[in-house]
Amino acid sequence: MTEKKIIDREGLNQLIKVLLDMGFQVAGPTLRDEAIVYENIQSIKDLPEGWTDEQDGGIYRLKKRSDKALFGYVVGPHSWKKFLHPPERRLWKATLNESDFEIIPEESDPRKFAFLGVRSCELHAIAIQDKVFLEGNHKDPSYQLRRENAFFIAVHCGQAGGTCFCVSMNTGPRAESGFDLALTEVIHDNDHYFVVETGSDRGMDVIKKIPNRKAEAREVEHADSKIAEATAQMGRVLDTTNIKELLYQNLEHPQWDDIANRCLSCANCTMVCPTCFCSTVEDVTDITGDHAERWQKWDSCFTMDFSHLHGGEVRTSTKSRYRQWMTHKLASWQDQFGSSGCVGCGRCITWCPVAIDFTEEVPKICGSENSNTAVTKENEAPHENS
Amino acid sequence: MKTLESILSVHPFFVNLESKYMALITGCASNVRFEAGEFIHRQGEEANSFCIIRQGKVALQVCPPHKNPVTVQTVSDGEILGWAWLVPPYHWQFDAQAVELTRAIVLDGKCLRNKCNEDHTLGYELLSRLLPIVGQTMEATRIQLLDLYGARS
Amino acid sequence: MTPSLYTVKKKIAESHDTFSLDLAPRDGSPLITFQPGQFNMLYAFGVGEVPISISGPAPGTSGLIHTIREVGNVTRALHQLKKGATLGLRGPFGSSWPIEEARGKDVVIIAGGIGLAPLRPVIYKLLEQRNQFGNIALLYGTREPNDLLFTKEFEIWRGKYGIQVKITVDTADSNWRGNVGVVTTSIARVSFEPAHTIAMICGPEIMMRYAVLEMKRRGVSEDHIYMTMERNMKCAIGFCGHCQFGPAFICKDGPVFRYDKVKHFFGIREI
Repeated sequence: MTEKKIIDREGLNQLIKVLLDMGFQVAGPTLRDEAIVYENIQSIKDLPEGWTDEQDGGIYRLKKRSDKALFGYVVGPHSWKKFLHPPERRLWKATLNESDFEIIPEESDPRKFAFLGVRSCELHAIAIQDKVFLEGNHKDPSYQLRRENAFFIAVHCGQAGGTCFCVSMNTGPRAESGFDLALTEVIHDNDHYFVVETGSDRGMDVIKKIPNRKAEAREVEHADSKIAEATAQMGRVLDTTNIKELLYQNLEHPQWDDIANRCLSCANCTMVCPTCFCSTVEDVTDITGDHAERWQKWDSCFTMDFSHLHGGEVRTSTKSRYRQWMTHKLASWQDQFGSSGCVGCGRCITWCPVAIDFTEEVPKICGSENSNTAVTKENEAPHENS
Repeated sequence: MKTLESILSVHPFFVNLESKYMALITGCASNVRFEAGEFIHRQGEEANSFCIIRQGKVALQVCPPHKNPVTVQTVSDGEILGWAWLVPPYHWQFDAQAVELTRAIVLDGKCLRNKCNEDHTLGYELLSRLLPIVGQTMEATRIQLLDLYGARS
Repeated sequence: MTPSLYTVKKKIAESHDTFSLDLAPRDGSPLITFQPGQFNMLYAFGVGEVPISISGPAPGTSGLIHTIREVGNVTRALHQLKKGATLGLRGPFGSSWPIEEARGKDVVIIAGGIGLAPLRPVIYKLLEQRNQFGNIALLYGTREPNDLLFTKEFEIWRGKYGIQVKITVDTADSNWRGNVGVVTTSIARVSFEPAHTIAMICGPEIMMRYAVLEMKRRGVSEDHIYMTMERNMKCAIGFCGHCQFGPAFICKDGPVFRYDKVKHFFGIREI
């Protein structure tokens, strides 16, 4: 392992500048609409200094921190998939000449992204989408280009959110691989610095261009203890033992109906999920009818149209659509791509308007109550006469 | 020329039936032949015959008013034509028309049901051969009702 | 993701609502090779794209023929295309019928409605090497006689090659001389050796459910039964997620499946 370095806040600012100078479009966390979202940034001034997020089922709230942490939040509604697998994208254009037509392929996207503040769960989510778009018989060249050009600066989590369960999914909180650089933000006494690990030659080249010094053992210890704190703080737990088999055996479990009674079929969970990859296409023409375009857009298995088959829909009930989503994420994903489709980021719990909680529902469907949260919730249930 | 009994005993409906019953059944059997277009029975008629198809094809039809007759089922080689002869009030529910030259053996239904009443073992034998056919016909009818091939809209 | 351009060489009316398009690459390049059971995505300018099974080779066509039933916007637009018109094509995609597996065995083909289209290339493949297969039976059902496809070919299959062809319709008027009843009832009317039979089934999902039951009742083992599945499909290459059926993507793991591999999900409501 290469030795760890230390950079300070100004060093981080330099890092952004170096990447911008190298032609990268730098995307990182910033405040917008009372949430921390990923947008293009120019300097550390754009980062959400001194803010944190409070999360629980159906709840997301920004709060002021007592310090000036730049990465003192967990994750917001966005994930990096909006850059790598954009919400909408033109696939090609076509023009009509009399009864004949020509197809004009879309030119490749020249943008190179540098992502600042990638969480470990998000790196896992990107690796999962890689399997979908790059590792099958067919490759998505547009995804491949954006993916290969991208520069990843991970930030290890120093705290866990109320809906986090990456420890259960083996996806965090420490980023183990898949980054060019990985930072741990340390605020200790009056010091504010970042412990930097390099994960690639590209990362090494970049770090050389900014002022840094070798990390002392004490500083690395502080960083490690921050990550250990996050590990101990997980807001949720999910027991994944035999989860595929258990879900497949319980496709008709009454709990699906119970969930369906609450689920609004709003598709929020699929939109915020960093691994959900489903898309639809729209064919459009202009008013003359001579120019056609084909667009790819994010789609959700919660929409009725998703399963439309000449004259009817296969999944008409909310129950069947929720079941499709959850069994795909946790069970059939394993058959399809060799891993779970869930990274434990907790977004689907936080952004569910009716607070449906994956980690509470799974044990009920799988016929066990071995999730800690589920047990706690039951114990907390009021029993006046007990 | 084959005897009626030898023909009947290899017909799928009677396979492995005890020989004393086979003889008894042959006693009320006769060879028949229907030309294409010939009606074997008409809806509402008394059902006094049990027709075992040897070869050919018979259409079961309903004729709605002001419309052409509709065929709802055809029976052919090795199959039987109806069970109304065994079920009160012993009236045919459909028209049965030979679609092509059809050779069959007709059993006297009245005679047969009397024998079933006298000998319940024979009655059980015939019913347990009929019931699967009734069941299959019902299953087929239900699938037909689903109108499988129509576009769902 | 970008279609290639093809020209309509021939348009054939198959029934009152079904037609075939015989296609060739517009730039004159050689025809794509495909296996029976595979499908292409056909694009009608400005309207959209649909998955269509390859239904040939068949006599008198170039080989790349698609049989299409008019059921929606895109198929309607494809129906408007005249000889010489251009359309977009991506493919071929998907799994194929188990011809090799069937060698030396009896073959029972059960088709419902437009389901005969993806099975027709199988029939021609079997006929090419007729002596390599045992009894061959084709059981084909439609709603009414005027829905039947490829009727002119039945007699050739029956007469020249000794295929047991059993046609049945759900309902008919008295002009119809053939069978009336559901296609599954024909299974009892053909001869095959259940222990050495490969069944290939394509049609509406419910029809296939009953056909599988009946084949199992006759003693054909589950791993000798093959059928196709259909779901909404956008990309045909495993990216769009629409065609999932349990753990399978119909576009790449199907459309032809061995029954025992999907039976856990087959028949579950709204799966």
